[in-house]
Amino acid sequence: MSDTVTDETASRRDFLYIATGAAGVVTMGAAAWPLVDQMNPSADVLALATRAEPVGDLEPGTQITVKWRGKPVFIRRRTQAEIDAARAVGVNELPDPNARNANRPSDAPADDADRAVDEAGEWLVMMGVCTHLGCVPLGDGAGEFGGWFCPCHGSHYDTAGRIRKGPAPQNLPIPEVTFDGETITLIEEYKA
Amino acid sequence: MSAIPHPPFEPKNKFVKWVDSRLPVFGLVFATLTIPTPKNLNWMWIWGIVLAAFLVVQLATGIVLVMHYTPHADMAFASVEHIMRNVNGGWLLRYAHANGASMFFIAVYMHIFRGLYYGSYKNPREITWIIGILIYVCMMATAFMGYVLPWGQMSFWGATVITNLFSAIPFVGGDIVSFLWGGFSVDNPTLNRFFSLHYLLPFVIAALVAVHIWAFHSTGNNNPTGVPVRTKDLETTKKDTLPFWPYYVIKDLFALALFLIFFVVMVFFMPNFMGHPDNYLEANPLVTPAHIVPEWYFLPFYAILRAFTADVWLVQFTSFVTGGLVDAKLFGVLAMFGAIIAMALAPWLDTSRIISGRYRPQFKWWFWLLVVDFFILMWVGAMPAEEPFATISLIASAYWFGYFFVILPMLGFTEKTKQLPDTVEDAFDEMIEAKYAKKAKALGDTAATPAE
Repeated sequence: MSDTVTDETASRRDFLYIATGAAGVVTMGAAAWPLVDQMNPSADVLALATRAEPVGDLEPGTQITVKWRGKPVFIRRRTQAEIDAARAVGVNELPDPNARNANRPSDAPADDADRAVDEAGEWLVMMGVCTHLGCVPLGDGAGEFGGWFCPCHGSHYDTAGRIRKGPAPQNLPIPEVTFDGETITLIEEYKA
Repeated sequence: MSAIPHPPFEPKNKFVKWVDSRLPVFGLVFATLTIPTPKNLNWMWIWGIVLAAFLVVQLATGIVLVMHYTPHADMAFASVEHIMRNVNGGWLLRYAHANGASMFFIAVYMHIFRGLYYGSYKNPREITWIIGILIYVCMMATAFMGYVLPWGQMSFWGATVITNLFSAIPFVGGDIVSFLWGGFSVDNPTLNRFFSLHYLLPFVIAALVAVHIWAFHSTGNNNPTGVPVRTKDLETTKKDTLPFWPYYVIKDLFALALFLIFFVVMVFFMPNFMGHPDNYLEANPLVTPAHIVPEWYFLPFYAILRAFTADVWLVQFTSFVTGGLVDAKLFGVLAMFGAIIAMALAPWLDTSRIISGRYRPQFKWWFWLLVVDFFILMWVGAMPAEEPFATISLIASAYWFGYFFVILPMLGFTEKTKQLPDTVEDAFDEMIEAKYAKKAKALGDTAATPAE
């Protein structure tokens, strides 16, 4: 009986120490969180989610670069030769076999049909940010594969924006887009 | 190791006594100025003072530059031009600040390699060394964020490349980068936070410097022989040492004056020598410069970052073993930070009981090879990422790690070292004797030469 009483006082004291300590840690953490969280993107930055870009007067074989969420987006109307070149490549030949396309399932293969916006494959929309260290690749048939070439560390992308050679680990990511034949609308955050 | 005996502080002045019994500030100044300092310190022991001086230069010029600078993505570039053209002496302040950063790094590299050669990192100065590495890391962070503030092309793209390094972290990399940017790219929120931290970190450095000095004032300075100062009593200690004031203060100030001449020549005659012309173009998120080069003082570590590409077998092996978690990008990032951590671990990697490299004939060769390696890395870091530079940077990176993780641990067991002098006093007397013998010989030779 007396044993239980001694144990009880000891464990109550221990419990109080631990409970006080734990409460203190939680409080400090809660107090520190706003100081950390303020660094995350603010509301106005998050609000710049959509951008509609009229592309009706774009000729085949030309491209435009638009700024979306502080980053360049490449919109290219491809020629038939470019489409054919991209479709001639098997997925097993690619360093990154994933489509990286936010409009497709996350495990979609990197074949050209899963990269292009439309079924004919004429329109290609993707982030103009090299997946290596974030430089803007040069376009208009640059690089060894006639697509894009990143001058920073020498990554070559093909006519479907897929990585073919160099240090970049992934294909150029494709953001969520809608296309009504006249206007390409960039929506939401792209999922790379 | 016992503490070095200090001369006692016995103030006569009543005011000094009154203050000191309440806050021992006069005692602290006295102890700092009279600290017994090994009397054989050579010219490589001046860099600490140079570093302290440049911390003050950077703080002073930085604080006044902020009075004219505008930390906003739309106005930062113009405000720097405003400083250059309109602000009274603004060009001088900015050039002094920009070149001061380079001088700071020249001095810190001299200081670090001094420590590596004379074994200043070894027992009992490990904590001094670790604090030193922390200061160096803070310096790099400060310099990197400072370079972003003018918002030129190199500022912007340098910031983009370096912050993107964090995207290599598995799973949370993307979120961390967005957290660092405060958005989806380097932009105004990034500039603002870098400005805030660029102003904060120098004060952190100042605090670390105080701890650095505290640490080696507790263990005593290292010296070119590595032989500890005798600490039996004050009389014995005095035989090995000289008081810091006036002997070393005057010596250090003389060296500082010479270094400041170099500094002002840079500021007045070639202020943009260490800069990059692309940074006089305003930042443009849609155009990447053809060749992004960091500031010269980052080049050796930038070279290590780029050296480990996906075609290196070690990278492929690591990727395979970790199931693809550690890819080439993450490997490069780990190698870059690892190169600095290797330096921090030197006290435990170096197994030799001899402190100073002066008495280690084989170590000397490996050490000087490391110095050469450092310059090679600096050179390939500025070159485009193609052959033959890729192979050179890989070999040079391998040597950097080999020096710390293979050579330093092994040499301690295999090397035949030279006889150490018994005391600092002996080494000093020997040095003076040799000097006078040389002088006497030179004089004798002249006397013996018949006049024409």
